[in-house]
Amino acid sequence: MTLTSEEQQPAPANGGGRFLDVRDLKVHFPTDDGLVKSVDGLSFHVERGRTLGIVGESGSGKSVTSLSVMGLHKRGAAKISGEILVDGQDVVASSDEEVRRMRGKRMAMIFQDPLSAMHPYYTVGDQIIEAYRIHNDVSKKKARTHAIEMLDRVGIPEPDRRVDAYPHQYSGGMRQRAMIAMALSCDPDLLIADEPTTALDVTVQAQILDLIRDLQREFNSAVIIITHDLGVVAELADDILVMYAGRSVEYGTAEQIFNEPEHPYTWGLLGSMPRFDRERSTRLLPIQGSPPSLINVPEGCPFHPRCRFEQNTRGLAKRERPELVDTGRGHFVACHMSQAQRQQIWRDEIKPKL
Amino acid sequence: MTATQTTGEHGPGSNPDGSLLSVSGLVKHFPIRQGLLQRQVAAVQAVDGVNFTVRKGETLSLVGESGCGKSTTGRLLTRLEEPTAGTIMFEGRDITHLRDGQMRPLRRDVQMIFQDPYSSLNPRHTVGKIVGAPFKLQHVEPEGGVKKAVQELLELVGLSPEHYNRYPHEFSGGQRQRIGIARTLALKPKLIVADEPVSALDVSIQAQVVNLLEDLQEELDLTYIFIAHDLSVVRHVSDRVAVMYLGKIVELADRETLYDRPMHPYTVALMSAVPVPDTKRRHERERIRLEGDVPSPINPPPACRFHTRCWKAQDKCRNEEPPLVELLPGHQVACHFPENAPQPTAEASTSAG
Amino acid sequence: MVAYLIRRLLATIGLLFVVSVITFSIFFLVPKWAGATPDSMATRYVGRTATADVVHQTAVRLGFTDPFYVQYADWAKGLVAGRDFDMGTSIEHCPAPCLGYSFITAQPVLPDLLDRFTVTFSLAIGAAVIWVTAGISIGVLSALKRGSLVDRFSMVIALAGVSMPIFWTGLIALSFFSYRWGITAVGGAYTPFTQNPALWAWDLMLPWVTLALLFSAQYARLTRAGMLETMNEDYIRTARAKGLRERTVVTKHGLRGALTPLLTIFGLDFGLLIGGAVLTESAFGLNGLGKYAVDGIRANDLPKILGVTLFAALFVVIANLIVDLLYAVVDPRVRTK
Repeated sequence: MTLTSEEQQPAPANGGGRFLDVRDLKVHFPTDDGLVKSVDGLSFHVERGRTLGIVGESGSGKSVTSLSVMGLHKRGAAKISGEILVDGQDVVASSDEEVRRMRGKRMAMIFQDPLSAMHPYYTVGDQIIEAYRIHNDVSKKKARTHAIEMLDRVGIPEPDRRVDAYPHQYSGGMRQRAMIAMALSCDPDLLIADEPTTALDVTVQAQILDLIRDLQREFNSAVIIITHDLGVVAELADDILVMYAGRSVEYGTAEQIFNEPEHPYTWGLLGSMPRFDRERSTRLLPIQGSPPSLINVPEGCPFHPRCRFEQNTRGLAKRERPELVDTGRGHFVACHMSQAQRQQIWRDEIKPKL
Repeated sequence: MTATQTTGEHGPGSNPDGSLLSVSGLVKHFPIRQGLLQRQVAAVQAVDGVNFTVRKGETLSLVGESGCGKSTTGRLLTRLEEPTAGTIMFEGRDITHLRDGQMRPLRRDVQMIFQDPYSSLNPRHTVGKIVGAPFKLQHVEPEGGVKKAVQELLELVGLSPEHYNRYPHEFSGGQRQRIGIARTLALKPKLIVADEPVSALDVSIQAQVVNLLEDLQEELDLTYIFIAHDLSVVRHVSDRVAVMYLGKIVELADRETLYDRPMHPYTVALMSAVPVPDTKRRHERERIRLEGDVPSPINPPPACRFHTRCWKAQDKCRNEEPPLVELLPGHQVACHFPENAPQPTAEASTSAG
Repeated sequence: MVAYLIRRLLATIGLLFVVSVITFSIFFLVPKWAGATPDSMATRYVGRTATADVVHQTAVRLGFTDPFYVQYADWAKGLVAGRDFDMGTSIEHCPAPCLGYSFITAQPVLPDLLDRFTVTFSLAIGAAVIWVTAGISIGVLSALKRGSLVDRFSMVIALAGVSMPIFWTGLIALSFFSYRWGITAVGGAYTPFTQNPALWAWDLMLPWVTLALLFSAQYARLTRAGMLETMNEDYIRTARAKGLRERTVVTKHGLRGALTPLLTIFGLDFGLLIGGAVLTESAFGLNGLGKYAVDGIRANDLPKILGVTLFAALFVVIANLIVDLLYAVVDPRVRTK
């Protein structure tokens, strides 16, 4: 099973209290076709002032995880177990009303597509004012001043004029800035960014990533950035969690994940990306096959049907699910191969070809 | 069949310089109509004077951000859109304004791969029917029958021949893109225009499809026009790269030249904006950050279209449009003040040496 | 904006022209193809005992002896500029917009129409208020409690409401509420709003509810579908992520998105209804436009038929125009285009 005891918790931290502490989270959706195990035993934590990157492909459960932290799953539709402690308060065990009060104030979220994530019929200003007034008992006028300040802070030119514009009158990058202004309007302690730059152009993406980094420094909040793009994570994250089929397969500091990754899936992700910063390789090294269905997650290690090194485990990977184990220095890996073996494969086979 | 002969399979059609396709002065404006009489009041200047040639067997990439006109260019080349002006020559033949009937034989030679593997396949047709459709449309009877040909195509793109009777929804995104590619290959095209063929796919699947496209190119002697926004993927697949901005090509060069010594400030900025999966680079980067978004192609800035976001812009850039000129052999740039440029006086010696 | 309105106005005139030409053609050309002469057509308006001479005079007076296009031009001229009528004994001037005189009663059509219109409008407006309120609330409730007993029950009722013909429900309602139990006014009762608003509402209550039953069923289904779709939008998730109360999420963010498409349908329904709620009016014996049209058709009274047809078409067009303008108010994306 997964880690529950304190010492076993991944701790690539700078000490201090864990602002967000997720323990053995399971999110299952009963459907007509069967039980969809979107998240199946996930543990991680984030401190204030730190950024956690959650990386995975579609269907890995990364977005479901973020919605659970926000308490946005309908209780009837999803079966959630485990603990999600936000500054000590458990989101899973709290009532709907308690979680609602936390949303926006303790934790806020920005989404992938800012055009569809903002209401088309209300002005950007109205939507920020609304967010601010939920948690702050102030007059509309005061809230408006605050909204203009926020827009100015996220780099919207002429904020006192743009505050009255509608989302469709903004450009893509400006919309995402406005989204960020809205999310930060109540000064949340935890900011979750779900693919915040996927819908944006490269040059705009760079601006938004810079903005998130600057704001985090300024507000000293904990940040979770969810993405499929390892490049984006490398830009922002202090720690990285690699998800596969609703589970964590590797968890460590950004340096550990990029410089000495130990899970074959992480290798696969790195090998699949054409590297902009290296000599052009003649061939990419893809992962064979496709991600599994979450209704029929493969027995044993969920990655084994796609793993090139599966035979190294002598069939163990087919039978038994590997646990996420600390290799020492707070670097957690869920793989049946021995650490020595993994390090050797990385050094001799994978790294030279990247 | 008679029309195909006129295109010339090997004979007079092939150009002496080895170019398969050449485009000059290509323009596409989408009119915006307004008012009582629905007069044209403005136009989306999607593509505005584009020149390039594609050599046989190479991969030329069109790269740029949204609104740069790369996809429209692709649709013009395959004649899914009617060009407003300019000429498109394919194998020495002017295909700019061919009518549908005249285009038909040409469709065998020029094919397109689309971004979205979900919406480009008819969900009610079996894989066999989808991949075999081009044979029917072109009235081609392949040797050994359609079914055998389709099964061979499926194998070629890494699917199992047994998938013949299955439906698209039974496949994953990557497999669907393979089905799309198989259909594209059915009539053994010479040129394939691939519009963002991997950007809807997961990272691990992207690599599979990129590798497949490369293998097919080698095996079938294909020429690709690869349209994408991802500079890393473009670098991996291309022989030459054209960078587009607001309907114009701002820089065109060999892959290595372009990525090692980009000359146009926009290209430089674009490359420095690409996030790199390496934490070490985080601290040593010297970034060029462009401000704002790409302006609207309805009312693009005058003269050099990039001047509103360019840190090097001077009065000249606001008043005079820089032409796309060859500053080094094979390296065309449209900029008054290029980066990494050879000294104007030493230009001759640089290019000679 | 001005250009847009002018374009819509021109389109409206074009439409009214086409509608009137078609109505005219049906009235004149079809009998002609069937072998009718001007005189044989005129017999319908003079009685069987009239002499051939009288019949012919009538045919001339009504213009039947003129070619088709001349008759149409005369009628159209009346509409635009007014027209003089030979009433046999005297010449009467009918000022523009003149819809002509009834062939049967020799009364001008327009005042009659306006009179009938108030009845139909009263019927439509009251029913609309009821069906919009009821339909939307039931729809929202169903959507939010999707799959619950409330949802299933109301959707069954909605299906029944849509399926039952109005003349049937109308008669059933009348026989019970009005005649057996005496709770509501009797059939055919109508008091103008200007005379006594309370009595006006009392008299129309049963027709309103009956008519609303039909529409609210349909609106409940549409609202439910729209609501289900809207509540899955990204912006709803954003609203929740801000920490908004669920009630605010539903009313402020959800409903606004879900109801906009309903506007179009409402415009059409209301416009059509004003053109004449034929079945409801006959079931409850109300002297509205619908009944006027039926009377006109029964008596082959062309000016009446033409008048009602144009009136109805005009209202559908106006209702649509209002809807389109309202769209710009509701949806800022439409406004800037």
